[in-house]
Amino acid sequence: MAKERRGIEVSLAIAEAVGQADCDVIAAYPITPQTHIVEHLSEMVADGHLDAEFVPVESEHSAMSVCCGAAAVGARTFTSTSSQGLALMAEIFFIASAMRLPVVMALANRSLSAPLSIWNDHTDTMMVRDGGWIHVFVENGQEAYDHVFWAFRVAEDPAVRLPVAINIDGFILTHVIEPIEFEDDELIKRYIPEYKMEKALHPDNPVSMGCFGMPEIYTEAQMAREKALVGSYATCVKAWEEWAVLTGRRYHPVETYRAEDADYCIVTMGSLGETAMVAVDELREQGEKVGVIKIRLWRPFPFEDLYGVVDGKRVLIVLDRAISFGGPGGPVALELRSALYNRPQAPTVVNYVAGLASRDVTVEDFKAIILGGKAKAAAGDTAGFTLYGVRE
Amino acid sequence: MDKFSVYAARLVEKGEYFASGHRACQGCAEALAVRLVMKALGRDTIVAMATGCMEIVSSPLPTTAWEVPWIHVAFENASAVITGCESGMKAMMRKGKLPPKKINFVAMGGDGATADIGMGQLSGALERGHDFVYVCYDNEAYMNTGIQRSSATPWGASTTTSPAGKLSKGQRTQKKDLPKIAIAHNIPYVATACPSFPFDLMEKVKKAAAVEGPAYLHILSVCPTGWRIPSEEAIKYGRLAVNTCVFPLYECLYGKYRLTYRPNPILPVREYIEGQGRFRHLTPEDIEAIQERTTAEYEKLVKLSEEV
Repeated sequence: MAKERRGIEVSLAIAEAVGQADCDVIAAYPITPQTHIVEHLSEMVADGHLDAEFVPVESEHSAMSVCCGAAAVGARTFTSTSSQGLALMAEIFFIASAMRLPVVMALANRSLSAPLSIWNDHTDTMMVRDGGWIHVFVENGQEAYDHVFWAFRVAEDPAVRLPVAINIDGFILTHVIEPIEFEDDELIKRYIPEYKMEKALHPDNPVSMGCFGMPEIYTEAQMAREKALVGSYATCVKAWEEWAVLTGRRYHPVETYRAEDADYCIVTMGSLGETAMVAVDELREQGEKVGVIKIRLWRPFPFEDLYGVVDGKRVLIVLDRAISFGGPGGPVALELRSALYNRPQAPTVVNYVAGLASRDVTVEDFKAIILGGKAKAAAGDTAGFTLYGVRE
Repeated sequence: MDKFSVYAARLVEKGEYFASGHRACQGCAEALAVRLVMKALGRDTIVAMATGCMEIVSSPLPTTAWEVPWIHVAFENASAVITGCESGMKAMMRKGKLPPKKINFVAMGGDGATADIGMGQLSGALERGHDFVYVCYDNEAYMNTGIQRSSATPWGASTTTSPAGKLSKGQRTQKKDLPKIAIAHNIPYVATACPSFPFDLMEKVKKAAAVEGPAYLHILSVCPTGWRIPSEEAIKYGRLAVNTCVFPLYECLYGKYRLTYRPNPILPVREYIEGQGRFRHLTPEDIEAIQERTTAEYEKLVKLSEEV
């Protein structure tokens, strides 16, 4: 059967994917730029295209709480939020992973207040970086669609049982119309068969969930979380491999573009990766030996994959889309500096922060950042970070 | 009801779903209330509980006092969590992923979890019309964290954050009327209860579970530790709260009020107030003010129940 390829808004494609995944419970509260996802889901439920309970909660805190309850009885559960919504649900976000509840979230990345901004950057997701979830970043509409299935596949795997956040740049990605290849329902069913949770809440087999821990047990509980998240790496990769076999579309924890023979690379996460690729093409024509490294799997952090692509490079220019105020740079640069610190002949890391609240990062900007970063590395000016394009 | 008490006791479920061995204080009427609620609900029940005394005393890892499926997520969200359980089960049963079964979905929280931090979530869950029972165990302060005032603490009560002092009579505000707030959501069933009146309590729990849609139960749960009374007097003070009309027992079924117990004679409020350490500082005038308010509130309730 020929695959259907159609032009569709990415938010709607995400909702269609949740429908194809035969989700049981969707709980969500409206917040820009996530709204089109949940609007379309509620339409699908209202029209009978999706047999699910759509719970229109009174806050994001409740959205995540409802998801926890639904996931605890073994239902396939989805939510979507952004920015302030994520901040409000943050308390329960951390608990969902600790309780090993496989909730899937489409996180339409948006800047945090204040000043109030509905536009895109990564300040919201970085706030919950340490929340114990699996975090994946997607770059275009097709990846967003594909990763809904991947997220359910990984989250519900008995070896994993963890919630998954799919990071999708707000507006830049959620609100654009892209050609997306839709898979048929049969293929999806094979990839994510009906989910049966072990030890779900049910009167026939009573269990207690969310008990409180004295200091004698808290440390061990944290170790269990760490092991679960680190251990999920293998399933993440396996699920991508299976997807590649079924669809021909291949994903990796860290991906590269023209990086093999590059001396230095620009490192990105999310939708800006495609602009970076165009900038790299143009710089290559000018003789610059530059490439792109894109981090797709943010948690669990893919150390070995990173080492595999950065070993031998001289400079990494990291483009961050959030600031760690008062700290030494953006969160991605911090992560890389720390991952590479004791590595022999580690590349120099130069950090730029750009694209806050959707401020455009054009091909020209990327070229300026890449060449600027190269010059900074040559001059030994590598401490801290540069807020690109800021008016002072 | 009292006339039939000897026989009624024989009808009570023998099974225990809130097991002994939990770590509640001596004389805790809240633990008793939980036990009675669970007896009335039976085994086919899923409980979502807010953070608080009952959660802490019943679930220190790796032990549990719960013989039914039980979940605790956080302080303010028991009502949202249980609506998630209900929605999940509903969808899965409809879709044939689970065999059909009648299950009681029950959220439980203290007065802090209900009247303060979880008010919005409770309101949302009631408004959305999920088929669940919310049980508020009201011991009139944040007892788990050390007797701090909540919006359900009565006027004049001295707590660790509304202490009586030279310039203070303790709690400065009147008790938030949670059952009335629940009734304002036009839900099928709302009732007050007290474990000092166990049959009345269990009957109400059964009604709450039987109606289709949300039900709200407000259970006065005497806390000897927080009220500063001897631990063997919790039942007595529950009776006094009801017999002085400080805490009237009533229900509101589909908008129709009914007093389920009319004290006769009505005892003076003084008898309820005087022995409690938390009210020790109140003057006879203060107690008179409480008496006047209590009488006025009770008369309003009598009127409402006569409108039927």
